[in-house]
Amino acid sequence: MLSFSGIQKITNQYITRILLFIGCLFFIQAALSQTVITGKIKDGRGHPVPGVSITIKNSFDGATSDSSGNYQFSTSDTGSRQITVSSIGYRPLEQPILLEGKSIRLDLQLREEPNEMKAVTITAGSFSAGDSKRGAVLSSLDVATTAGSNADITAALKTLPGAQQVGEQEGLFVRGGTSQETKQFIDGSLVNNPYYTSVPDISTRGRFSPFLFKGTVFSTGGYSALYGQALSSVVLLESIDLPEKSEVDASISPIVVGVGTQQLAANKKSSWGISYNYVNVGLYFGLVKQQPDYFRLPQFHSGDANFRFKTKSGGMVKYYTTFNYNQMGLRRPDLDSPGLKNAFDLGNHNWYNNLSWREYLKNGWKMNLSASYSTNLDDISQQVQGANNEAHFYSDSIFWMKNKNFTLKNRQDLAQTRAVFEKKLGGLSALRFGGEYWYNYNPFTYQDTARTLRDNMFAGFVETDIYLTNELAAKIGLRYEYSSLIRKSDLAPRISLAYKTGKDAQISAAYGIFYQKAENQQLFYTPDLGFTRATHYILNYQKMTKDQMFRVEAYYKKYRDLIKTEPVNYYYFNYNNSGSAEAKGIEFFWRDKKTFENFDYWISYSYLDTKRDYLNYPGEITPNFASKNTVSIVMKRFFTDWKTGFNLTYTYASGRPYYNFMINSSGKYYTADQGHTKDYHSLNFSMEYVPSIGKTNPKTFVVLFASMSNVLGYHPVYGYNYSFSGQNRQAIEPPANRFYFVGCFLSWGVDRTQDAINNNL
Amino acid sequence: MKPILFTFLLLLAYSSQAQSDRYTEAMKKNLAAFGAAKTTADFQAVANTFERIGDAEKTQWLPYYYAGLSLSTAGWSDPNLDKDANSTRINALCDKAETIEKNAEIYALRNMSATQQMMVDPQTRWQTYGQQASAFLQSGLKLDPDNPRLYYLQGESVMNTPEAFGGGKAKAKPIFEKAVELFKKEQPKPMYPHWGQERAEEELAKCQ
Repeated sequence: MLSFSGIQKITNQYITRILLFIGCLFFIQAALSQTVITGKIKDGRGHPVPGVSITIKNSFDGATSDSSGNYQFSTSDTGSRQITVSSIGYRPLEQPILLEGKSIRLDLQLREEPNEMKAVTITAGSFSAGDSKRGAVLSSLDVATTAGSNADITAALKTLPGAQQVGEQEGLFVRGGTSQETKQFIDGSLVNNPYYTSVPDISTRGRFSPFLFKGTVFSTGGYSALYGQALSSVVLLESIDLPEKSEVDASISPIVVGVGTQQLAANKKSSWGISYNYVNVGLYFGLVKQQPDYFRLPQFHSGDANFRFKTKSGGMVKYYTTFNYNQMGLRRPDLDSPGLKNAFDLGNHNWYNNLSWREYLKNGWKMNLSASYSTNLDDISQQVQGANNEAHFYSDSIFWMKNKNFTLKNRQDLAQTRAVFEKKLGGLSALRFGGEYWYNYNPFTYQDTARTLRDNMFAGFVETDIYLTNELAAKIGLRYEYSSLIRKSDLAPRISLAYKTGKDAQISAAYGIFYQKAENQQLFYTPDLGFTRATHYILNYQKMTKDQMFRVEAYYKKYRDLIKTEPVNYYYFNYNNSGSAEAKGIEFFWRDKKTFENFDYWISYSYLDTKRDYLNYPGEITPNFASKNTVSIVMKRFFTDWKTGFNLTYTYASGRPYYNFMINSSGKYYTADQGHTKDYHSLNFSMEYVPSIGKTNPKTFVVLFASMSNVLGYHPVYGYNYSFSGQNRQAIEPPANRFYFVGCFLSWGVDRTQDAINNNL
Repeated sequence: MKPILFTFLLLLAYSSQAQSDRYTEAMKKNLAAFGAAKTTADFQAVANTFERIGDAEKTQWLPYYYAGLSLSTAGWSDPNLDKDANSTRINALCDKAETIEKNAEIYALRNMSATQQMMVDPQTRWQTYGQQASAFLQSGLKLDPDNPRLYYLQGESVMNTPEAFGGGKAKAKPIFEKAVELFKKEQPKPMYPHWGQERAEEELAKCQ
């Protein structure tokens, strides 16, 4: 029999052994369950990925891959767990893992996440401007502060490669194309009359202020299937959405005064605005002598209004309307008769409306609807006058003088609707399709002959963005157009590709066929003229960081079916599609915002080699609007201590050819005289003083602006006008050698920011 | 029986203590690694570890905060780091932290993240990221008007704004003085952030 103390002793030993056993269990457990996991992380192309986080889900255990993609860690967790692998820019990975205390080798491959910020964009043939645009070359402030532009969008675009310096005509002459080959669009709708009506040989500016737009794309070729009827290029303007805050603004200068307001609703979901501007050059012309004799000083009235609101699903409806009236009259010496003058008088009424609605629909669909209506009425007359401004009249036999007395009324109406639907297809790829309808109404009265032109044009288009990887993207599109006036249709393919060659660098290529109707002035006489056509081939390389951009682009354009005039007799001709042309060249662009402190500059160089046989040209010759070499250097420097910015733009263009075509005895055009003008140089200066910059809560925002064109006082010659006999000629020169501008812009806004820090001190 | 029960209870108590000790241990170890980190790769590894701790614990905001702070420190010292990608990560960590607790420290971290993004291109970005950065400081002050780090960050912002724009050393001086005063009074809880006093004192000296 065991004693009591004996039983206790046995119990104690038993307990001790159990405790020891349990203790051993824990110890063994701890030692056994150390699993060591080792491996390497690679991406889809076999390159190691550093900085990747590898974790046992819901555990502290894990590691970060090193610069060779290798990782190793040990974990005391056991059983079947999940291992998660994540890193910015890659799709996260999760897979099961069995932890049994044995070492595990786990190599993993990560797939890249499609990333809009890093993806390649197709840039062949286009420059984007605007604050939010990725790959933007110019910001909206750049367009306003480029010296020589005086806030005219076209003038700022002329400092980019591809645009020729044609000083005596408005419009953009791009890569060997005429100004009619470039069209402007606002929110997808064509602008029929983007420039004020001009007097021959004096260029005018665009009707729209750059401050209306948040983005501009200047495409010098190869543009998307969504646009057409422009053989050379398109300028795509995107209007701003809602303003940042309500404001009232005013501008005062010797040439223009204006006042306007933008009102933002309290809930920041809608806004409206109106403005009025009046231009009168009387005071300015009194101070700065102009060459022509203005018997009616240029005067412009313009007013505009807008209304915008956000829809429930995050879409946007915008309406913009602008009305302009301008008039001017000037006298210039008659070329054929010394002592006589040509008095040219014009009045213009223009009303432009644009309504657009963009909306997000279900299932990733996006819709863009737009409509526009514009009407433009030109009232023009010319009269041959003698020394005392008395009218001179001529008989039919002196038809070259008789034709200089004329009146004409030209009314151009354009109504347009357009719908574009877009669907995101996975990653960054997308499909786009849509259609548009244009109604053109153009009654034209010359002397007592009235003619009317009506055209219904339809277009349908489809385009897809295919992102094969973040590095390789393609845009393939097709466009169909039909015109009821000429009863012809066309089908135009558009293809472009972009491939990312390295960090910040890519190459891009584009191919496309572009069609354009003949001009209305030609269709009045020959309404069945076919479409003119151009085929573009473009290749570019670009390297772009936040502060610097380098770009080189080469192109080849082949034109056919261009409009040629065939003289029937001295004052009557027929039109046909037998013309052709070719243009090729190479362009460079360099922008640098970082090398010099507070100094921003860009350099554009364009080389153009083009020959064209169109209108009255006797064969394929270099057209009179083409310069072989064009250089633009734009410089801007802002001095923060003085709150002032200074801007300089220097432009050079090699001499342009000039010709005098006359009709010979066999009724054909021949070159009676030709040559090259002297080279073109221009140095433009502007400055802006912004005293309210940096002030917290300024009630009034002020900008004082001053500019002077042609600082060097150079006398350019754009070409020559010839008398009927061909014996006399006159140089085409600007109406004044310099343009001066001084202006003050004021803006009063309601500032809603608060400064809690100051209150707490 | 009693010893077994006693041992069992002891083991139970030890294991739950071990749980929270495990968290504290891991945090202390990683805070030391944070202090020793030098390269961007180091800071990213430290941030990954903090994030791991936060994901496993699920009830603590500090790990996510320190993960963000580690990435932010890399942002200040590495000029080649992609600030937009880095700040996107910091903001995601702040979001995770704020699901547990919204406080002034996280707002201070958000301010630094926005400031780093603004510095990528101050002329274009001051209107977006610059405004966001000061809005975060204001939100932080509403929650904790005595947080010294918020005043230090505001002082830095004012000092680095050109005088012509309403900034400069004279304007920054009273803000740094307040920051230093609050630093001296601060009694932070264990493992809570208390960085910035040395920097604030240095900057105040520059303003004299």
